[in-house]
Amino acid sequence: MADGVLEIGDADFEKEVLQSDKPVLIDFWAPWCGPCRAMTPIIEEMAKKFEGKAKIAKCNVDDNPITPGKFDVKAIPTLIFFKDGKMVEQVTGMMAKPKIEELLNQMIG
Amino acid sequence: MDANIYDLIIIGGGPAGLTAGLYACRARMKTLLIEKMIPGGQIMITDWVENYPGFPEGIAGAELAERITAQANAFGLETAYEEVVAIRPEGDVKEVVLTDKSLYAKTLIIATGAFAKKLGIPGEDDYYGRGVSFCATCDAPFFKEKTVVAIGGGDTAVQESLYLTRFVDRVFLVHRRDQLRATRILQERALSNPKITMVWDSVPEAILGGDRGLEGVRIRNVKTGEISKLPADGCFIWIGITPHTSFVKNTLATDEYGFIIANERMETSVPGVFACGDVRNTPLRQVATAVGDAAIAAVAAEHYITA
Repeated sequence: MADGVLEIGDADFEKEVLQSDKPVLIDFWAPWCGPCRAMTPIIEEMAKKFEGKAKIAKCNVDDNPITPGKFDVKAIPTLIFFKDGKMVEQVTGMMAKPKIEELLNQMIG
Repeated sequence: MDANIYDLIIIGGGPAGLTAGLYACRARMKTLLIEKMIPGGQIMITDWVENYPGFPEGIAGAELAERITAQANAFGLETAYEEVVAIRPEGDVKEVVLTDKSLYAKTLIIATGAFAKKLGIPGEDDYYGRGVSFCATCDAPFFKEKTVVAIGGGDTAVQESLYLTRFVDRVFLVHRRDQLRATRILQERALSNPKITMVWDSVPEAILGGDRGLEGVRIRNVKTGEISKLPADGCFIWIGITPHTSFVKNTLATDEYGFIIANERMETSVPGVFACGDVRNTPLRQVATAVGDAAIAAVAAEHYITA
């Protein structure tokens, strides 16, 4: 993908996230959510910044009902950080860029 | 050192901060706006704004935020994404302390706004993001054809409850008094909406739930003392706002709720420091009043430097 953000869905969640050899950040979003739109440039920037070190992904909750349900996501934006197939952190609401970077750096380190 | 001193640092990137930036840039002041998260402020999570002039059909909060941001950027507003920890505003050069460094300016405008107040009852934190929400535009579609409880009686509570009815089957609107505080036109819409059931004279006591998530809200009638449970899948909380002012503690005068005291020229208790928008002790908190405040603050800051 041009912007480096991987689009994941119910079908490939297991393979792309749980079996990933790199840490993963998933941004749960939907087109109708204003704050989610505002988060998009930050997520794209993270994808550039952490290219090769972490997988930055997004999941459209309208098209993929199963994955958000698994993690009881009933609010967006929600960011979930995974390492070695396990959830490390789940954050609801907009999240500041330095905090996202800090968490990603911790997971890489 | 002088080259690194801004004429103006604006803290906060909502409608007030962005408008102050727009005016300051047009006045050719060397200006920096510091935003903790994303420009736009509280209207980012407001579904619909229909009382801001110039948009006769109304406009989505997020779109209005995007437009104000674009307009400020068009005049060259510089933005830094940092968190302000403290300010040291005494003296001619004011220090803005970030997490890892300081920035300096001749004047400051505080436009940090406010955030939604929490209820402070059991279950609220446990179910946040899993049924408890402060944002209908973000989360309403998760409750399609379900029942939700909404708490509050002001403009936000009523406006957002009306938005919820586009998705949910039923909204119990719980209010501690026997009439709404919201603007009349909103009251009329809520009271005539078949999906909204008013629960008067009642306050929430606990958010209830189990393994399957949120299951309801326990409420108490303040007149009769009667306790009951409203079964629901979600609980939306709109009981007012608290200002973002922890970083100005002991430097600027605030009122008993923490709002910064500023006069009609937006001057705070410290010369060269101005406050505008929701963070100020103002009788009305709207986009229209925030941007008006901001224009005054920017011009007052300019005069402060040139005087």
